[in-house]
Amino acid sequence: MSTSDLDTIGQRTVTDLRSDFPAFADGAAYGARPDGGTPVAYLDSAATAQRPARVLDAERDYLEQHLAPVHRGASAAVGVSTTLFEDARATVARFVGAGEREIVWAENATDALNIVALGMADASAGLGGPEASRFALESGDEILVTEAEHHANLIPWQRLAARTGARLRAVRVDERGIWSIDALTAELSERTRVVAIAEVSNVTGHLAPVAEVVAAVRERSPRALVVLDACQSVPHLPSDLGALGVDFAAFSGHKMLGPNGIGVLYGRAELLDALPPARTGGSTITRVTIDSAEFLPAPHRFEAGTQPVSQVVALAEAVRYLESIGMAAVAAHERSLAERVAVQLAEVPGVRLIGPPPGSPRAGLVSVAVDGVHAHDVGQFLDDAGVIVRVGHHCAQPLHRALGITATTRASAHVYTTADEMDRFVATLGEVRSFFGVSGADEAAAVIA
Amino acid sequence: MSGLEGLYQQIILDQAKRRNGDGPLDGADAEHHEFNPTCGDEITVRVKLDDDGTRLAALAWQGDGCSISMASASTLAELASGRPVEEVRGLIEGFRTMLRSQGAGEPDEELLGDAIAFHGVSKYVMRVKCAMLSWVALEAALAKAAPAAE
Repeated sequence: MSTSDLDTIGQRTVTDLRSDFPAFADGAAYGARPDGGTPVAYLDSAATAQRPARVLDAERDYLEQHLAPVHRGASAAVGVSTTLFEDARATVARFVGAGEREIVWAENATDALNIVALGMADASAGLGGPEASRFALESGDEILVTEAEHHANLIPWQRLAARTGARLRAVRVDERGIWSIDALTAELSERTRVVAIAEVSNVTGHLAPVAEVVAAVRERSPRALVVLDACQSVPHLPSDLGALGVDFAAFSGHKMLGPNGIGVLYGRAELLDALPPARTGGSTITRVTIDSAEFLPAPHRFEAGTQPVSQVVALAEAVRYLESIGMAAVAAHERSLAERVAVQLAEVPGVRLIGPPPGSPRAGLVSVAVDGVHAHDVGQFLDDAGVIVRVGHHCAQPLHRALGITATTRASAHVYTTADEMDRFVATLGEVRSFFGVSGADEAAAVIA
Repeated sequence: MSGLEGLYQQIILDQAKRRNGDGPLDGADAEHHEFNPTCGDEITVRVKLDDDGTRLAALAWQGDGCSISMASASTLAELASGRPVEEVRGLIEGFRTMLRSQGAGEPDEELLGDAIAFHGVSKYVMRVKCAMLSWVALEAALAKAAPAAE
């Protein structure tokens, strides 16, 4: 990693790139303050990312110039709106190495994962005909997750297990919150029907060896589907889901500089065409009688009811913006920031770094536990110092339980994050324990010595 | 850091360490567990009433959480133990009113005593639940031990 990855991203300086984002303009939420004070550092992009003006403009432009229904009616306006809607699908598909029919719009990534789990529940109940039988689970089957999963990639599988009699198993994590390919492989068998993992943990920043997981699953568990929670990977790393060989993947618009209210389900075309649609209704069908309905092929069989067209259009603009920077450059920038923080934190007494140690691959986020101070108090202290982080269990209670802590404090980066902002996180973190009066006696002794 | 020091007054930081009332309670008449799913804070409050059920003879709690929630539980134990149940209910209601004030007005020191230190918490909407945790648990435990007269 070069030092320049801290201050530049691709061909641009981070300072220049920040001018694309209204939130960093003078006087805006995270821009220069009128009183000359230090701007607020937004280090919660793993929760929701700031949006460039061109994404906001794309949404407004669609709403002002082209708003019309899609895939229904016969007007020219519908044609334009439908073209924008489907062009956006092609853009997102290209971005993640998928075919156009392999991209399904969902409300968010959680919704996308539920489409898969609920579709499998329907298949298990006998819906979807013979082609859906490959998704049917029964007693004796197993669903494999890891202890590190976000609740969104855990609870839908708990429910699927409860509905079908399948057994849910979890790969354990180590004291850093990381699971190993060996531990996962050891859990695989012919009974395994689903393997659901995150590509990047939203707490540890660990990068899962997805290609190795896919290879192990294909070898040991030929009937298993690999479901990838790509929420923290697609917005930050180059993605080629088709080449990776996963069966399904989910990610959300608002973490990739795009709008809320739009998520994406990727699925291999032959699977999507056979998976029963969990939510049914208008525009998902071919022929309907009073007693029955036949469904369209993917993706439209899953897109029931009015679609969030303006969000879809703006998401495509977010993708084009990220492509203009280049995902390799995005990844290099964020990686260099996270590595810098990880290295610096090793020097801060009483701060436990969760996830990979310095020098190991990690995504652009860092979570810590501060000895003797609850994460909510840490977050409050940082907030007062103008550093916005995320505190809590980050929707990963089992992971925190495995680590023996109730909550952690997470700083996360995106394209616009500066080294200075990350440095302020580390420096402020270094003051937390003395404020709350928990600096250890051993440290006092070290100072005296 | 005036904002932060308004939230974390010294009395709160001290109470968070003192943890008055932290521990088990033998022969409790009722207990109630409260959990804050956003941060994982949890507390179990146990109560013991005197023979005619009108006075809170003893209160103890066990839990884990942020300094606000722990200091609040400690302060509550100090203020409520030994008081008539009706007074304790009034105390809880007064505390709730203060925490809903969003920093407005002056807290009723006569009613709330040292608990007025938590007035600053009312300006931090994300922390109000932390301060209320033990008080809500006590309210529920009392409802089990001594159902309010109709």
